[in-house]
Amino acid sequence: MSKNITFVQGNEACALGAMYAGLDFYAGYPITPSTEIAETLALTMPAAGKKFIQMEDEISSMCAIIGASLTGNKVMTATSGPGFSLMQEALGYAVMAEIPCVVANVQRGGPSTGNPTHVSQGDVNQARWGTHGDHSIVALSASNHQDVFRMTVEAFNIAETYRTPVILLFDEVIGHMREKLIIPQEEEIPRVARLRTSLKEGVNYHPYLPREDGRLPMSDFGDVHRFNVTGLYHDMWGFPTDKPDVVQELLRHQVDKIENNVHKMTFYKSYFLEDASVVLISYGSSARSALSVVKQRRNRGESIGLLELNTIWPFPAELVRECTQNAELVAVVEMNVGQLTQSVKLAVGSSKRVHLINRVDGQMINDKDIKKILRILQGRGI
Amino acid sequence: MDVKYYLRERFFPHMWCAGCGHGIVLNSLVRAVDLLGLKKRDIVMVSGIGCSSRISGYVDFHSLHTLHGRALAFATGVKLSKPSLNVIVPMGDGDALAIGGNHFIHAARRNINITALVMNNRTYGMTGGQFSPLSGVGTKATTAPYSNIDREFDTVELATGAGATFVARTTVYHVKQLQSLIKKAISHDGFSVLEVLSQCPTYFGRKNRKGSAVDMLNSFKDGTVPVGSKKKQENPELIERGIFVEKQLPEYCDAYAELVERATAK
Repeated sequence: MSKNITFVQGNEACALGAMYAGLDFYAGYPITPSTEIAETLALTMPAAGKKFIQMEDEISSMCAIIGASLTGNKVMTATSGPGFSLMQEALGYAVMAEIPCVVANVQRGGPSTGNPTHVSQGDVNQARWGTHGDHSIVALSASNHQDVFRMTVEAFNIAETYRTPVILLFDEVIGHMREKLIIPQEEEIPRVARLRTSLKEGVNYHPYLPREDGRLPMSDFGDVHRFNVTGLYHDMWGFPTDKPDVVQELLRHQVDKIENNVHKMTFYKSYFLEDASVVLISYGSSARSALSVVKQRRNRGESIGLLELNTIWPFPAELVRECTQNAELVAVVEMNVGQLTQSVKLAVGSSKRVHLINRVDGQMINDKDIKKILRILQGRGI
Repeated sequence: MDVKYYLRERFFPHMWCAGCGHGIVLNSLVRAVDLLGLKKRDIVMVSGIGCSSRISGYVDFHSLHTLHGRALAFATGVKLSKPSLNVIVPMGDGDALAIGGNHFIHAARRNINITALVMNNRTYGMTGGQFSPLSGVGTKATTAPYSNIDREFDTVELATGAGATFVARTTVYHVKQLQSLIKKAISHDGFSVLEVLSQCPTYFGRKNRKGSAVDMLNSFKDGTVPVGSKKKQENPELIERGIFVEKQLPEYCDAYAELVERATAK
């Protein structure tokens, strides 16, 4: 058997994906159900000469990775519910200062301490709007360990390409479940390196002046270019400003660099959608159950399909619209009170066709749960 | 020396009030850096939020102006990821010891080679004169109109108790000592804390009838004595200046480098 075939937890797959992506610096704080990401990295990173630090809380963990990103490193932290709440202010700092970083949130039941060892997908909208102020954000998800690995690498790629924080929105089932993972070959998944300025010493470097393609080449702290980084609205030098035109231009730049590139960062999987009159939409571990239902019903000749979203934010509205335009029934399968359902309704346009199939008791939604509600939605009785 | 060589003139005029003590810290800081012969590109100033935190923008080093209270957390990421950098963290009393108190004690505990400058004016100046954990019982503030009942921290004792390996205090009146202590704090291999008493005539001074900026500076002269002075034994109200702790213990980045050696030797 190839040594590239492993049998691991989703949290380990995430850690291995991060190492593959070129993770240099990790800071974190223990919290269930994400802790195995830190534990795996505490073992592997020092052995690879990389930096791992356990901080005093999640706030400082998020801050530390931003500091480390500025010296030229690929950085990451991982957490769950309450820790994700604590990270929100610094997450907004990374948005404002345009610092590449990756934040894994292995979701558990909330609010508050909630249901720490049980599954939930209740942080979908916190990922989108958790930090204060107008902004856009990237959040990726996965339903199996091969995709956990892949999406983790893509998270680093998007973070570097767009100079933005990227959230990995996993859940407890994915984090703790064990299954096969084939570690990709060295060059199998492309890896985006940090884009650095080619400007020499003595030439004015503007850290916040986008190139024609919208990208902002960086310069490491410690290198020849010295500049200011701030969470205040700032000009192209990084100096604070409240000039209305500069403020608006920066806000637009930060939102547009994400929203105008939705298609470039949309990852998804479609199953039997070509002729589907019933379309299920799901993500994370609930997509496994949704796929099981789709396969069972397809075997019985029903025209049902599944759209699994790996990219949750920016919401791929166009993709959802295309995949559902011929569907009589659209059902979003998620383990919350309908957080992504709202976005699906907006995308589909006709909210009467869109329904929620959920479970919010800390237990994973299974195929029977989905089939039960589907029967009702299809008027087949209970 | 040419002070302007170290300043970003584009950033001036500064936003501090007339009579504020923070400019004296800025002046002493660049003079200390000049005397140490440090290169501008080897220094990172990391600050949080508040009047004192604006110091990082005025200097021509790498500068990281962050979140309220979190400067030391950002600085820890900068330092551990690139230990060759000199990391200096100017903070206010509220920034360092109220909202940032947890990061302060843990940076001290790790003994990571960062220089923390606590510019203590006993108030939140930027938000308009609220009491801080260093204001003390009996002081007046906009949020303590009936006089403050919150006991104050002693920055030196707190830093010492948390494990900082260099702990010192001075005031903006004692500029020569300030310059010398900043030099020593930066040179120290480990977590160093320098508390600098600085005046805020606009808020703390006005609320507590401390007179003009000159009056407040004079009170630093009259109200402080060198460490170990006999006068302190006779008058416990006096505040001691000088070095309280200076010791060598394993520094965090060095310890990490050793950890990597152990991990890679397996």
